[in-house]
Amino acid sequence: MTLTVLETGPLATIQDRGRTGQAALGVPRSGACDQRSYELANRLVGNRPGAAAVEVTFGGLVLLAGADVVVAVTGAPCPGVPLNAPATLRAGQVLRLGPPRSGLRTYIAVRGGVDVPPVLGSRSTDLLSGLGPAPLQPGDTLAVGDAHDPMPGVDLAPVPDPPAGEVVISVTPGPRRDWFTDAAWTSFTTQRYGVSSNSNRVGVRLEGTPLERARDGELASEGMTLGAIQIPPSGLPVVFLADHPVTGGYPVIAYVAAGSLPYCAQLRPGQSARFTC
Amino acid sequence: MRLLPAGDHALLVELASLDEVLGYYTALAEDPPEGVVDIVPAARTVLVTTTGELDGLARRLGAIEPLAGSRGTGDLIEIPVVYDGEDLQDVAELLGCSQREVIERHTAEEWTVAFCGFSPGFGYLTGAGDWDVPRRKSPRTKVPAGAVALAGEFSGVYPRESPGGWQLLGRTEVKIFDQDRRLAALLHPGRRVRFTDTGRR
Repeated sequence: MTLTVLETGPLATIQDRGRTGQAALGVPRSGACDQRSYELANRLVGNRPGAAAVEVTFGGLVLLAGADVVVAVTGAPCPGVPLNAPATLRAGQVLRLGPPRSGLRTYIAVRGGVDVPPVLGSRSTDLLSGLGPAPLQPGDTLAVGDAHDPMPGVDLAPVPDPPAGEVVISVTPGPRRDWFTDAAWTSFTTQRYGVSSNSNRVGVRLEGTPLERARDGELASEGMTLGAIQIPPSGLPVVFLADHPVTGGYPVIAYVAAGSLPYCAQLRPGQSARFTC
Repeated sequence: MRLLPAGDHALLVELASLDEVLGYYTALAEDPPEGVVDIVPAARTVLVTTTGELDGLARRLGAIEPLAGSRGTGDLIEIPVVYDGEDLQDVAELLGCSQREVIERHTAEEWTVAFCGFSPGFGYLTGAGDWDVPRRKSPRTKVPAGAVALAGEFSGVYPRESPGGWQLLGRTEVKIFDQDRRLAALLHPGRRVRFTDTGRR
């Protein structure tokens, strides 16, 4: 059983829950950026947690089914496909994702999971570290694994689409909050940032008024985890997503609260975001 | 020791020195609290990520005593090096000695992997010697895999081709990171390293 990639759009990769437990060796976690949508897609087709799915950035993916398969599409809503519901794709049928109405990343789970060889315990593509399968290319064929568990008996998961307008992201103060003035913190938690087109799976780069530091000097590189908001010398925040490096040398002013991480993964260039503590 | 907040699932332990980091990491890695999924030592800190709740983790982390003398207790790996690096002469000038003496110092040292970062399997090695070598003024866009280098108080070996600003002493054919190997990273925290001179240039 296979799916053939006919077109990929700007970027399509294989993702799962990522490589945990190996950060001490310099191996980043990677995995689906929007874990919530990814997990939902797997649940809708009765996959076991951790099955590999396709993460599509800004639509454009076209898949041809080589046999009858059950798929579910979640995350950024792309026209042309059934959303948040299991659907059967018959042999010879094509799944074509249009550009999403809101959000950035769409997940396609196939019943049985995408069966590519795991690398260091995960099937995720890590763009920063060059681990896992290469980004999808037209002509690639994706093997589909065996189904293990019964279908969940759910027709539709009623979940909201990623917001289209300004997104409010909950944060908690980070380990280097004290490297910034109180005025900088106020500016950080009140200003409206724009999402830069220079964003990717490593991080969301933001545009706005630079933040002022309370102290100079270099920070010795330290461990960082998902949702770290680094402030490089430009004074403009970078929110770390799935492919972030395991250590970084710029002070982390705040961390994104776990519940807000999926929203960060769905921010698209040009959208605006505010942080609230 | 200071415990600093790092989001809903992690705490950052700040320590006084690299030696304390090594000792703390060794003590923690031997008996990690339940729920801990990742421990990332760095130059002055250890980041601990958990699936559990943070209050309990903070109590456990605060009670850990860094093991004294953790440097030099891990297993020893030999890495044969061809010392023909492009920056060997610059390093000799920076240290005020000859190229030969740089090689002798580098091979005489017993290095310890203090932590990893930068890219998968890149180990930051520290020695007992007084190494303090600035990075190159302009980083190279391409450093080949296996390049043996110095920067600051650290030595390292590039696991794969990547950009980099460290001063290149030579190269090794040892595979530092092999994703198909059971232990993909050769240089994991605590291991000791001795570089040997193959004599080839």
